[in-house]
Amino acid sequence: MRARAYDVVIIGAGIVGAACAWACANEGLRVAVIEADIIGGGATGAGMGHLVVMDDSEAQFALTRYSRSLWQQLVPELPDDVEYESCGTIWVAADEEEMQAVRQKKEFYEVRGVSAEVLDAKALRAAEPNLREGLVGGLRVAEDAVIYAPCAARFFIERAQSRGAELYLPRVVTEISAEGVRLNDGSVIAAHRVVNAAGTWSPMLTPGIEVKKRKGHLVITERYAEFVKHQLVELGYLKSAHSMTTESVAFNVQPRRTGQILIGSSRQFDVESKKVDASILKRMLERAADFLPGVNRLAAIRSWTGFRAATPDKLPLIGPWVGRENLFLATGHEGLGITTSLGTAKLLADQLLGRASEIPIGPYLPSRVPESVHA
Amino acid sequence: MTNSRRRFDVLVVGAGPAGIAAACCAAEAGVHVGIVDNNSRPGGQIWRGKTRDSHLTEAARWLRKLASSGTEILAPMEVFAQPEAGRLAATSSDGVCELSYKKLILCTGARERFLPFPGWTLPNVMGAGGLQAVVKSGMDIAGKKVVIAGSGPLLLAVAAHLRAHGADIRAIAEQAPWSRLIRFGIALAFRGSKISQAFQLKKQLSRIAFRAGCWVTAAGGNGKVESVALRTEHKTWKEPCDYLACGFHLVPNTELASLLGCELRAGFVRTDNFQESSVSGIYCAGEPTGIGGLELSIAEGQIAGFAAAGQRERAQEYFGERKRQRHFSMALERAFRLRDELRALPSAETIVCRCEDVEFGRLQEQSSWRAAKLQTRCGMGPCQGRICGPAVEFLFGWKAESARPPIFPVAVESLAATACAE
Amino acid sequence: MPKAFSVTVNGARVGVTEDMTALAAILLSGTTTLRRSVSGEPRGALCGMGVCFECRVTINGEGHCRSCQIRCAQEMDIRTDD
Repeated sequence: MRARAYDVVIIGAGIVGAACAWACANEGLRVAVIEADIIGGGATGAGMGHLVVMDDSEAQFALTRYSRSLWQQLVPELPDDVEYESCGTIWVAADEEEMQAVRQKKEFYEVRGVSAEVLDAKALRAAEPNLREGLVGGLRVAEDAVIYAPCAARFFIERAQSRGAELYLPRVVTEISAEGVRLNDGSVIAAHRVVNAAGTWSPMLTPGIEVKKRKGHLVITERYAEFVKHQLVELGYLKSAHSMTTESVAFNVQPRRTGQILIGSSRQFDVESKKVDASILKRMLERAADFLPGVNRLAAIRSWTGFRAATPDKLPLIGPWVGRENLFLATGHEGLGITTSLGTAKLLADQLLGRASEIPIGPYLPSRVPESVHA
Repeated sequence: MTNSRRRFDVLVVGAGPAGIAAACCAAEAGVHVGIVDNNSRPGGQIWRGKTRDSHLTEAARWLRKLASSGTEILAPMEVFAQPEAGRLAATSSDGVCELSYKKLILCTGARERFLPFPGWTLPNVMGAGGLQAVVKSGMDIAGKKVVIAGSGPLLLAVAAHLRAHGADIRAIAEQAPWSRLIRFGIALAFRGSKISQAFQLKKQLSRIAFRAGCWVTAAGGNGKVESVALRTEHKTWKEPCDYLACGFHLVPNTELASLLGCELRAGFVRTDNFQESSVSGIYCAGEPTGIGGLELSIAEGQIAGFAAAGQRERAQEYFGERKRQRHFSMALERAFRLRDELRALPSAETIVCRCEDVEFGRLQEQSSWRAAKLQTRCGMGPCQGRICGPAVEFLFGWKAESARPPIFPVAVESLAATACAE
Repeated sequence: MPKAFSVTVNGARVGVTEDMTALAAILLSGTTTLRRSVSGEPRGALCGMGVCFECRVTINGEGHCRSCQIRCAQEMDIRTDD
């Protein structure tokens, strides 16, 4: 007997797909989530798990700020293994020019209602004694946080299931059609709407999506409690994330609740291999040691790579795919998928239900991409 | 911290019997050989503590041969990454050493398989080989009560060694049933040297209670082990002790081989007749190709050493010995297969991943090794799954994944040092 | 004859020889707990060959050292977790 069609089928149980599943199920929609491998098995499980407000553009700021506040509201419900730590971020300035950028950043944040505190050299050393001498100062964004993302994704799926959502795992989607989705065993899951939340795999299912794989490297250490207390990022991080050049590294270090230190970051386009690249690792670790000399003596226990889903304008794709009535996208989040998962889910649910969103949705609509791209 | 570099025609990783044999043969063939090991002296596990001076033993003979072979011995030094083909990165107390090679022979040996049971994380619960290694490294076991348990011929060797050092062996509990051990004993009868080894052991172990079809169900004590609960099919009892030496046979150390892209088959490194792996120029000898004991390791090492040095005719001289010893290896597999009751030993609260303290109950909720790693961090600690990996494979059937650098934890600066241009 | 000297374990002097490991020195001092696990359990050595990482202690100020793999040296300062 053929089952009733779902209201929405979500492809991908990464943190974005999982958050969308919960948001939709919460609205009473009949939801199915289809995952080819494991919950959080893509960028969600490979990345840094930061919740950070970022100002590369107005639109990015709006979405990250909106999302971060949704995370903050969720804190009382988060299970322990999500390891939410509101350690804050410090954007580190190495010279006077960067310090100028720090002051501009503070103004930008404050005018938009996000508190941020300028630290001079002395205050910076007091906040993070392991940073090297000679740094000029920084910007502390105290409400930024760190989580353990794979468990958050699982939590969202469980919440969605408690509201009736169904998880198909492992199942591989081969085709999105007018009826719903076709799986690799030939069966069809019927749905009124389909959401492609498949991250770096999304262009395979929906040709024409401009999402490219952007490789990153990370290293995690043994436990060294209190080595750093905040997430630390160099101002050059934004340049690295913004630029579309082939490869770059930028200092980004994060304390985990376990006391382990997560060391990043790197960005490369046009590399298919998952192998750890020794020369990129070297540059990334030396950059970290530039800012935190003590990091050199910490024991590194693992290194790995992952792929971010990157779009040309560095903003995610949230909304209906042009020319396809039943197809929506929730993908292309680059390095901000964890942060913006909740905001994405809300915006997506708003659009599925035809209601207004709390922030302008224009910058994230797939239709913002020039017409000529769509087949 | 300084960087140093060494270049070899043939580099041998691991200075146990297989590695020593490989290095000696390659050197005999006239090429420039290096051997690297993370212990301070060659010998691996089985020959730990042996010196060239212990008169007339096989170990002493091989160690003397190694010492006079011209092989450069790099120990203690630990290989942790391959920055590019033909070059390994290793650490020692002096810093990072880059080891360049034309041919590589992996003789990384094996480690014990540990299975979790309530109380297994108490101090003074160790592996069987583990306790033996610690005694060989200077621990005093005289007068201490020891229960030896688990599976495999290693248990008997350990019992003999500990007893010779004054330990009071309270029991040896082998999980394999008598019927299988008897069949194994018959297989032994075809192996000349093994039979005399067996008789030697029997003498050394007289009057020690050896029980087959017997296993530990729990260890108990306050801050350290004070007693163990043992059972057979028909009875259970408690045995007071100071140490529990418990290991379930051996698993191969294939992490470096995996990192280098060598194909594995059923968890062992696949090699051809000349011990060459699926990666051209990389050979493998000893336990990583199949758990088979001392003589097989030596035979494989000899073949790999000559083959890597370009002397295939010399290598072929040892094919016959290898073939004979492989029969023993297969008999081992059959005799010491793990019984199903061992899967039921851990309770929900029993820790399975000791690095991250992940309990059995949490793992039962997971669908795969990858899901377990991401959701619970099982296998994500410094041991990189070496201890919990074989356990979860036995308990759940999950296979561990391929290795990434560093294959041992190293200082961040060492990891960063490995991409030096030539 | 192996060289004999002393090391300190948690501040107490222990007489050792050069072919002994730091682990042997710790056990000789009567200490059974080498480290506390992430949930606070007392732990001792397990594998004896450097793969399990249960025997980690602080040696000469450096943390996370595998004591079963490190030979004693003159004036070595060894500290366990407790």
